Order: sequence, then C-alpha cells, then structure tokens
Amino acid sequence: MTELLQHLVNGTSLGTIYALIALGYTMVYGVLKLINFAHGDVYMVGAFAGYYVASALGVQERPTLGKAVLVFVGAMAITGLLGFLIERLAYRPLRARPRLTALITAIGVSFLLEYGFQLPSFRTQAANLEGALRGWGVAVPAWLSALFARLPAEFPPGPTPRFFPEPFERVDWTVLGGVHVSNYDVVSLLVAIGFMVALQLIVFRTRFGTAMRAVSFDARTAGLMGIPVNRIISGTFVLGSVLAGVAALLVAGSRPRIDPIMGLMPGLKAFVAAVFGGIGSVPGAMVGGLALGLGEEMVAGYTSSSFRDGIAFAMLILVLLVRPEGLFGRVTVEKV
Amino acid sequence: MSGPATGGVPVLEVRKVSMRFGGLRALADFDLSMLPGELVGLIGPNGAGKTTAFNAITGVYAPTEGDVLVAGERVNGMRPHRICVRGVSRTFQNVRLFRELTALDNVRIACHAGSHTGFLAAWWLTPGHFAEEGRITRRAEEFLEVLSLSHRRDELSRNLPYGEQRRLEIARALATGPKVLCLDEPAAGTNASEKGALMELIRRIRDQFGIAILVIEHDMRLVMGVSERVLVLDHGVTIAHGRPEEVRRDPKVIEAYLGDAYLEERHIAVPAGAEASAAAPGGPEGGGA
Amino acid sequence: MTRGGFLLRSLAPFLVALPILWLAQRSAPADVTIVLISLGVNVILAVSLNVVNGFAGQFSIGHAAFMAVGAYTAAEITVALREVQIAGLPVEMSDAVVFAAALGAGMLLAAVAGLIVGVPSLRLRGDYLAMVTLGFGEIIRVVIENTKFLGGATGISGLPPYTTIVWTGLGVVATVVMARRLEASTQGRALLAIREDEVAAEAMGVDTVGWKVRAFVISAAFAGLAGGLLVHKIQICTPRMFTFVKSMEVVVMVVLGGMGSISGSIVAATVLTLALEWLRGLDQYRMVIYSLLLIVLMLTRPEGLFGTREAWDLLPRWLGGRRADGRAP
Repeated sequence: MTELLQHLVNGTSLGTIYALIALGYTMVYGVLKLINFAHGDVYMVGAFAGYYVASALGVQERPTLGKAVLVFVGAMAITGLLGFLIERLAYRPLRARPRLTALITAIGVSFLLEYGFQLPSFRTQAANLEGALRGWGVAVPAWLSALFARLPAEFPPGPTPRFFPEPFERVDWTVLGGVHVSNYDVVSLLVAIGFMVALQLIVFRTRFGTAMRAVSFDARTAGLMGIPVNRIISGTFVLGSVLAGVAALLVAGSRPRIDPIMGLMPGLKAFVAAVFGGIGSVPGAMVGGLALGLGEEMVAGYTSSSFRDGIAFAMLILVLLVRPEGLFGRVTVEKV
Repeated sequence: MSGPATGGVPVLEVRKVSMRFGGLRALADFDLSMLPGELVGLIGPNGAGKTTAFNAITGVYAPTEGDVLVAGERVNGMRPHRICVRGVSRTFQNVRLFRELTALDNVRIACHAGSHTGFLAAWWLTPGHFAEEGRITRRAEEFLEVLSLSHRRDELSRNLPYGEQRRLEIARALATGPKVLCLDEPAAGTNASEKGALMELIRRIRDQFGIAILVIEHDMRLVMGVSERVLVLDHGVTIAHGRPEEVRRDPKVIEAYLGDAYLEERHIAVPAGAEASAAAPGGPEGGGA
Repeated sequence: MTRGGFLLRSLAPFLVALPILWLAQRSAPADVTIVLISLGVNVILAVSLNVVNGFAGQFSIGHAAFMAVGAYTAAEITVALREVQIAGLPVEMSDAVVFAAALGAGMLLAAVAGLIVGVPSLRLRGDYLAMVTLGFGEIIRVVIENTKFLGGATGISGLPPYTTIVWTGLGVVATVVMARRLEASTQGRALLAIREDEVAAEAMGVDTVGWKVRAFVISAAFAGLAGGLLVHKIQICTPRMFTFVKSMEVVVMVVLGGMGSISGSIVAATVLTLALEWLRGLDQYRMVIYSLLLIVLMLTRPEGLFGTREAWDLLPRWLGGRRADGRAP
C-alpha cells in the first residue's frame, strides 16, 4: 500500500512537470497547427539559463530566497525570449507554407539547440581557431587574440553535464507510514499547480486568452475581426516557453544534473501527453501530463524501470491508433 | 422507389440513405434509381446535402442508414476505390486534379483503376508491362481527345486554365470506365458559352458511352436543359422529384429557394407541413450559386 | 521479345555496372574505398526513403529503425555462419552466398517491420504520421537495446568484413533501378497520385491504403539492405548507430535533393557524404551545420535542389530524357 502511495506521489510530481511542458506544445499547436519540435530544447535552455543566473548570483556559496526568486525570473525571461525569437525567425516566415516545411524547420531548430549547446565554449573555439590559423601560417593580430580571450568561457556549456546548485536545503519527510516526500516535491507541486491555475485564468478569463482561442479556431477570420494574429502567436510562444522554463527549474531542484540533450526525452514525452489529452486543448495537456506521469511511475515501479522510456512511445502509438484526436480533442472531418 | 419505370436493371440504386454527423442529419431517406444512359439532375439550395449524397454514393462516407447498390451489388461501406472499380466515378466541387502531374498522367492513373498487381512487372520490365503501358497511354489519349484536351497532353495540370481543368477532371473520371458518372457542379465558374458547350458535352458523353450521369448544379438553365429528371433537396430532404418542367413549378421548390413570403405575395398556397426554410439567394429562375 | 531478351534488358544496368565496380574495387585505396561505401549506403538510404516521402508524400522520419532491423538480421546470420563453408564451393564464393542470404534476410525482415509500421500509420496524415514513425523508430531501438541476444546496448561486434565496393555498388544500382522503374510506371504513378491528392486518387480507383503500405514495405526493405551493407564494413552493429539523428540525416538528404526526385537524392547524398569527409576535423560542428542547413533550406528553397523533377529529364530523349514523353521538366 505504501508502495502504491509512493508511486502515486512520484507520479503526480512527474506528471505536473510533463503537464507544464505539454501545455507549451498544445498551445502552439492550437494557434499554429505546428508541432514545435524545439520545445523540449527550450526546456533544456531554461535549465541552463537558471544555472548561469545562479552562478552569476553566487547561489552555490550563499543561497537565499531572494536569489532563488531571481534565478526563477531570470530563467523565465530567457526562455520567453528564446521562444519569441524562434517563432519570429524560424516559423513566421513559413506561415503560408505547407506545415511539413515548418515541421522540418522545427526539427532543425531542435538539433541546432541540442548540438549548439554541446559545442565547446566560445573561448575554447576561438583558441582552436587561432591555433589552426597559426598552423596554416596565418598571422593572428594581437587585438583579435585579446578579443578571443574575452569570449565567454562557460558558454556554450559543452557536452559534459553540469550540476544545478541547491537553492535551499533539502528536507525529507516520511508520511503515512513509509511514503517519502521532500520539501522540493511539495514546492514543485505547489508552484506547478500555481502556474497551471494562472494559465487557466489567462486562457479563459483574459482578452489575450480569448484572442488565442479565436486564433486557434480560425486564424484568418480572427485576423479579419481585428485580432493582431502575429502578436497573439508571439505571445502564445512566449507563454509556452516560460512554462517550459519553469518546469526545468522545478526539475533541477530534485534532479540537478543538466546537460544539452536533457530536453529530448521530456520533450517527446510531454508531446505524447499533449496528444493523449488532445493536442490543442489546454485541459487536455494537463490531464495528459498527469496520466503519463502516473502511468510511467506505475509501470516502471511495478515492472522494470528500463521500460520507462518505452511507455511513452507505446502510449503514443496506442492513442494514435485508437483515438488520434485525444481525450479532449475534436474530430476534424475533411470536407470533400 | 422513384424514377420512371422503363424496365431494365437499374445501374444505380440508392435506397433510403441517411447521413448523420453527430447530431446533424445531413441527408434523410434519399432515394434514387438510375437506368443506364439516364441523365438526372440534383439541385437544391446551398447546404441542402447534394454533395453529401455524392459522398455517400461514392463511398467517401458510409451511409448511416440505407443501401447503395451498383448494378445490383450492395456497395455501402466499401472504400471509394472499390466502388469506383464497380462503376461509379465522380468529379469534385473544387477541382481536385493531381496538380504536379501532366494531363496525360492524370488520365492514365484513372485508366489503371482497380488493378494493383504489377509493380513487380514494372521492376522486371516484362513485355507484358510495356504492352500494358502502351494500352493505357493510348486509352488515356483517347479520353483527352474526347474532351478536346489532346493539345494539353504534356502540360502540368496545374497550369491549365480553369475551364480545361474541369474538362480534364471529367476526362479522368471517364477513364475509369464507369457505369455511373457523378458530376459535382461542372459548370461552376464557367461563362455562358462554356456552359452551352458543357451541356453538349454531357449529352455527347451519354450518347457515346451509354453511361448514366448524375449532375449537381446550381445553374438552372443547364440542369433543366440537360436532365431528363430532377431531384430537389432541401435540408437533406427530397422535396420534389420529376421532370424539369414539373419541378420548377412545384410550390415546395419555390418556397425552398425563395421563402414562403414569396408564395404568400403571389397568393400561392403554402404547402402544408413544409419547414420554414431560410431563403437562399437566387431561385429556380436565377443562376445564383 | 524472347525470354532471354527481356531478361537481358531488365538486368542491363547491373551488367553494365559490374565491370566498372570491379575495376573500382581493385584500384581504389583503402581510404577511398570506405568513402565510396559510405556514399553508396547513403544513396541507398536516401533513394529508398524518397519512395515513401517523395513519391507517396507520406512523411516518415523513422527510417533508421528499418536500417537497424536489416543490419541486425544480417549480422546475426553472418556471425552465426562465420565458420560454415558450403560444401563444394571455394571460401570466397561460400562467403558471398552467405552474405547474399544474410542481406536478403535482412531486407525481408526490414520489409516486415515496414509492414508493421505502415499498416497502423495509414489513417494518419502529416504531422501525426511523422510522430508515429518517429515513435516506432524509437520503440524498435529501445527493444533492441533491451534484448540480450541482440547484444543489448553494446551490440554485436567482430562482424566479417564482407562489404565491398562491388556489393555496395550493386545495392545502389538495385535501389536506383527500383525507384526509377517504379516512378516511370503507371503502378508507381499511383503513389504520385496519393501524394498529390489522396481523396481524388481513392475516388479514381487507386487503393491508397494498399499502396501506402507497399511504399513503406519497399522503402523499409532497401533501408535494411543499406543497414546490412554498412555494418559489414565497419564490422560492428550497435543500437546507437540507428537513432533518430540518423533518420534525420537521411531526411535532410531527401529534402535537400528534393522530395520526389531520385537524382536529387543521389546528388544530395553524395554532396553530404563528401562534405562530411572533408569536415572530419570539425566533427563537433557537423550536426550544427546540418541543422543550420535544414533551417536555411526550408526558409529559402524548401523544394530542395530538383523539387519533384529529375536531373536526367534534361537529357535528350534517346538517353532517357522524358521531356517529350509526358512529364514536363
């Protein structure tokens, strides 16, 4: 029984993370009918953004609540900006093209982020370049050398994992006769729920949210009704990316190991969650995320943990075969 | 069953077909019987269910209720390509050609309807393969000729002018060797002289190939001029069925197009039990689409 | 035409290619050989993927999985039969027979995998189809990684080095001939019709479901061939060789060359393989360059090099150009 409860706790915790990421997928799909393949990597960038801000603020040596909040806000701002830039530079020019073109571009952006972050730091790259130039007998002017030496030494982070500093001390409790819960879990859950509630309010109670939903139903008509479609789409991207950043920070608390390809799996799984709930549906993404989190924990807990990753894919195929529109999705019939 | 009883096995029989989409009933108790060589028109205001009827007959939708029989064989529930092989072919309201392929290729694909053996023969370049290819090419060229499109043989179909695109679609539909040809608004977007040519074409196709032709159209002159019988749909229900002259004077039909106010003004009796339907722009005398 | 006559015409490309390949094999130094074999494998992958993505217009991004099925099947067979020599045949011939059988078995099982992936995917369009193929690709890889008898995560090593320029070249010829003849036939045109307008194709009597499955199966079989050839050159077979990244590399080749263009796939595969060789020292930049290439390509020229046309359509008719024959350039 305690085992079941433990799995439930873990599953819910995991599920809220998937839900936060899935929301980004679903909102973007709603307004653009595009699967933003790069979303998982925005999550990854969120983790690194938090890491860099935390390093700059010296969280490792002297963690304070104020600094933690700053880390949060800083990471959210950076991921929001990233989402905005991706949409503006890579997707907007392709608005009129077949969706497959945009999908391929999305995959390109995803790889760019993953592999770009695995490059050695700019300073190292510059040093390599300098060495190569010298090797070919090209003279490198002193001012260039000096410039190279001032490039960031920590960015890109390279393939070796980094470790996120602890923003506050971890406390473990054992409740209900055997279930392990930490304060990180509680904070993570509360923050995640808080953000999801805020999102619900935004989507269903604000003008922006209504505009977003209008665009997701019929972008052209929404535009004709005076809705600034481009701005709404940008805003949707920013919103989704911010949530991904939040998810990354919440995970970094309990799983501090971060590396450039950490976004691949959570991204794919969150996508499955979004499809399961009905891609394009905000409540669907939340339900889907929870379902996947719980399902994954249950299967991994009761059978073998090496199948953990396979669960998501199995779920994906099952959904697409049985009910492709997902739980809350609408069936669209093609007009002949 | 509706239709003149001139004997012979009907090439197409639609019995009490209904189409439901969720709570919406798009087509109710649709009945139609066609003998080989008959020319039947299907008219009605926008949204009356005409294309839905086509889709139910050709297998795009499986009828929620009722049966569709082609040459005596039940085909409801079959996939469209199998219904096509059994003798029903169609054109589309919005021209759906294979845009990046040439006119000849568009028709050649239809010529090959039904047979899906043979890619191994294509790989091995058997003599049989070449003979088949030659046969198909010649057959396709003939259909292009019938529709006066031979000069467009190697042109990409997306480059053709609109009227020729519509003719190409008809050539393609004919190439499947149908017993029944369903034309969905073949005159849409054409001018008066093209419409005249189209009427001629439809009759010529019927005379030359002996196939039954079912035409959806909004252009009344064309429908009334070409059809031997006309069915009128409104909100999925067949409200009239008979010879063109009878149908155009039927008060129910007038009401469907122009509303009951029109009838009242002219002191024509409003038919009992008729639904108060929203008047569609244009009427039986006009050419509105 | 006589029986022998048509067989000759059918096999002509192989007969013409054979002496050329044999000469190449004898004269090429080791480092050139490996580049040529890589090139050949990539051409097979690109052209076979084009059958599904380009001809049938179905966006499949799990191609590496079929490669893996073919590779592992062939590897298991050659490793198991390594010591066996067929009675009455010299060693080289016996090995060749075993290799041919292994490749054939690999293609067969890959084709079955293509069937398993293709059938459920039929109801799906566009992005959804892409996701399912991705999902299947990952599942196959995860299954391989967790299967002890396939070597798990470490894979199978010490494979006999059967792959030569001749074998690879024959594989390339087979793939290109397959694609070309398919494209030029009315049967193959059914695939093009499906790509252009599936609803209309279905209405004109094309069994869209059956043909989409066929496209998957054919494409998967030849991917299996590529897999079998590859692992018997580098003599090792691990799951990490067949990840989604590998699938995307093939997708880039097809998109760069133009989806629907066989010649485009060949050119793109060649360009990218050679570029990879030159960029050996910059290996860490490879994927970054790839991804930038993809993005720039999609933003500027999404139809790729040749779009749906073929380079050889520009040739005069007697060499096979089809300008006057029903396909405008």
